[in-house]
Amino acid sequence: MASIAHHDADEFPVHVHHQFEDIEQQNESYIVGMWTFLVTEVMFFGALFLAYILYRWNYQPDFYRVHENLSPLWGGINTTLLLLSSFTMVMGVHFAQLRDRMKVVGSLGATIVLATGFLIIKFTQEWPIKFHEHLVPGPTFGTMPEHLHGASPRAAEIFFSLYFLMTGLHAIHIIIGILIIGVLAGLWHKGKTIVTEDYVPTELVGLYWHFVDLVWIFLFPLFYLIPQ
Amino acid sequence: MSATVVNPGELHEEQEQLNYLTNGKSLKSWLLTGDHKRIAILYLISTAFFFMVGGFAASMIRLELTSPAGVLLESETYNKTFSAHGIVMIFLFLIPSIPAVIGNFVLPLMLGARDLAFPRLNLLSWYTYMLGGILIMIGMILGGTEAGWTFYTPLSSMYSHGTITITILGAFVVGFSSIFTGINFIVTIHKMRAPGMTWFRLPLFVWAMYATSVIILLGTPVVAITLGLVMTERITGIGIFSPELGGDPVLFQHMFWFYSHPAVYIMILPGFGVISEIIANFSRKRIFGYHFVAFSSLAIAGLGFLVWGHHMFISSQSMYQSVVFSLISFLVAVPSAIKVFNWTATLYKGNIRLQAPMIYALCFLGLFTIGGLTGLFLASAGTDVHLTGTYFIVAHFHYVMVGGAITAFLGGVHYWWPKMTGRMYPEKIAQVNALLVFIGFTLTFIPQFILGFMGMPRRYHYYYFAPEFQPYHIASSLGASILAIAFLIPGIYLVWSLFKGEKASANPWGAHGLEWETASPPDTHNFHHIPIVTDEVYDFPGVEYAHPSHGHKKKKGDLTPAGKENH
Repeated sequence: MASIAHHDADEFPVHVHHQFEDIEQQNESYIVGMWTFLVTEVMFFGALFLAYILYRWNYQPDFYRVHENLSPLWGGINTTLLLLSSFTMVMGVHFAQLRDRMKVVGSLGATIVLATGFLIIKFTQEWPIKFHEHLVPGPTFGTMPEHLHGASPRAAEIFFSLYFLMTGLHAIHIIIGILIIGVLAGLWHKGKTIVTEDYVPTELVGLYWHFVDLVWIFLFPLFYLIPQ
Repeated sequence: MSATVVNPGELHEEQEQLNYLTNGKSLKSWLLTGDHKRIAILYLISTAFFFMVGGFAASMIRLELTSPAGVLLESETYNKTFSAHGIVMIFLFLIPSIPAVIGNFVLPLMLGARDLAFPRLNLLSWYTYMLGGILIMIGMILGGTEAGWTFYTPLSSMYSHGTITITILGAFVVGFSSIFTGINFIVTIHKMRAPGMTWFRLPLFVWAMYATSVIILLGTPVVAITLGLVMTERITGIGIFSPELGGDPVLFQHMFWFYSHPAVYIMILPGFGVISEIIANFSRKRIFGYHFVAFSSLAIAGLGFLVWGHHMFISSQSMYQSVVFSLISFLVAVPSAIKVFNWTATLYKGNIRLQAPMIYALCFLGLFTIGGLTGLFLASAGTDVHLTGTYFIVAHFHYVMVGGAITAFLGGVHYWWPKMTGRMYPEKIAQVNALLVFIGFTLTFIPQFILGFMGMPRRYHYYYFAPEFQPYHIASSLGASILAIAFLIPGIYLVWSLFKGEKASANPWGAHGLEWETASPPDTHNFHHIPIVTDEVYDFPGVEYAHPSHGHKKKKGDLTPAGKENH
């Protein structure tokens, strides 16, 4: 395959792929590529936010009533976990620039722990209750009307469709993030030069992770903190 | 682009070395390649295959319409046939054709780069495209979908019984392949230009690909999530777009056209780029108003995102909204007209050579102008209410898509064929064939404008209520037969030329551009040393056409080998 680097290892301590002139060009390309990818992600979530805006506009009173099913406490704890994980990610990138291997591994490990905590709360404390209360869109939706808090079942179903679609898509991004950070931490732990000689790979993962956190910063108030 | 490190003598030796086609002959070396040129060839073969599938569906449509009562197909089968035609042609041919085939091949060469920035992502793009294509084919074989290529809800989400879920999944997957290509192009254009290749020395094809990539990046994710929602509705029964469940089907149309109107520019902007190259090089003149042509591509990309509502003049959209969308739609005509006028001005006093690519380019100028001007009829909300849903609209977008995009694609394939394969195509047949495309196309679609004005609705497979339409339909079907032949002939002679064609020199057209400064076909790494660009774009030195290959090159000595400058 032509894309394998053919430069001598001692000439270039860092992997420079054959299509690039030097490490600066390669790193700049990676960073532009990551930002470009994040633009597509913004548009990807953006379409769902558009749908949310339309139905919030149409069904504001119902959205207010039915949102009381969501626990702002768990949502707030999860927001805190993700904000902390962004902080540990920043520290990871910082230590990567200093090439402090063990501190990078520690920071990335802490990020994984916090992100996993987020998922555990979501999948044990939040989603299962919706199944018990028949608030998952489908044939049985709204068969326990007391949990609708007086909202119209149709509007409430739209609310929970959007809730599961948007937080679900976000959760998929968190899971992918955990896997990527896990691989990165593993490479740092083994001291592989592909990550240790240059901080850019760590920086790229950091950019992705901050994007995922940022999406949650919007999702949390839109679903958990609807004003009357 | 006078500066290059290959002089004629070196070039000769180079041609005896391995080029990208001969460097590795196994199937594996093709299927696991990272080389943008090989991936372009993979895309060329696969898009040509899907073009034939879509073309077959088109022939069935034209056959069916030769009689007022229908000839062959039942209503539902007819719906599935035109849906298949639209889905295959748009998602599997028009969107990837010029960017992924011609763009993939020539973009790095034009920039003086060894490859795209992310070769493996490029290969992944082809596999993603093939996966999506296979899913769409499976959907067609298992029963097909009758909801049209637009997948309007609630027909697609609730009522359609075909295998629509798998078809939509295919379109969803194909979207990611264009996103990968778009990311690759943007990064490559920003970061991999050769030294001296400033933004305003970029060939206009590169500007067009840049604008296209911007649209791909901003639009495709939106249609992906929209199609994803339709799939989710079909699978889980939620009702984001279903009125019975509290959803809004018009939201689907907004989200769909937010991508799919700009997608029209994904199909035509690359064509503009190809035409700019061909017209400049076959007139041997710098393109008139280079900056205007370059920025008009970006203007079209920007305005293209603000006009989607003109697809919804009769979809319960408010009148005031329609007025605004109508006005902005008119504005798109401005950058499009800038391009047409500037191409025409480039021809003026140019040293024009009517070789096959140029004939295609001139056909494009005429056909695209008609396609664009009839677009204004449809942008004006009042006339559109009368014309929407008729054959007028069918004729309009075929003028842009076939008369524009496919003509440009054929012109581009002919123009870069010597570079891609190292062989010349047979010129005389190609010239005659280009005229045949024009005649067949015009005969197919001019009658459809008239039919549409008379009131023939689109998507109907009979018109027994108006037998006076029949002569126009027969003329159209006759034209379609000529067009089908005119599309088959290049397939035959281009393949023939691979074995028997005359060997091409590095620059058989006497064209100006970095891609013509490397061997035909180029070697795997494109350039032995990264070139340094010292002259302006389309800067023809006025050398006569007789010995085009190397006549106007000035050799620059003393270049540092690639990859060593900073170490």
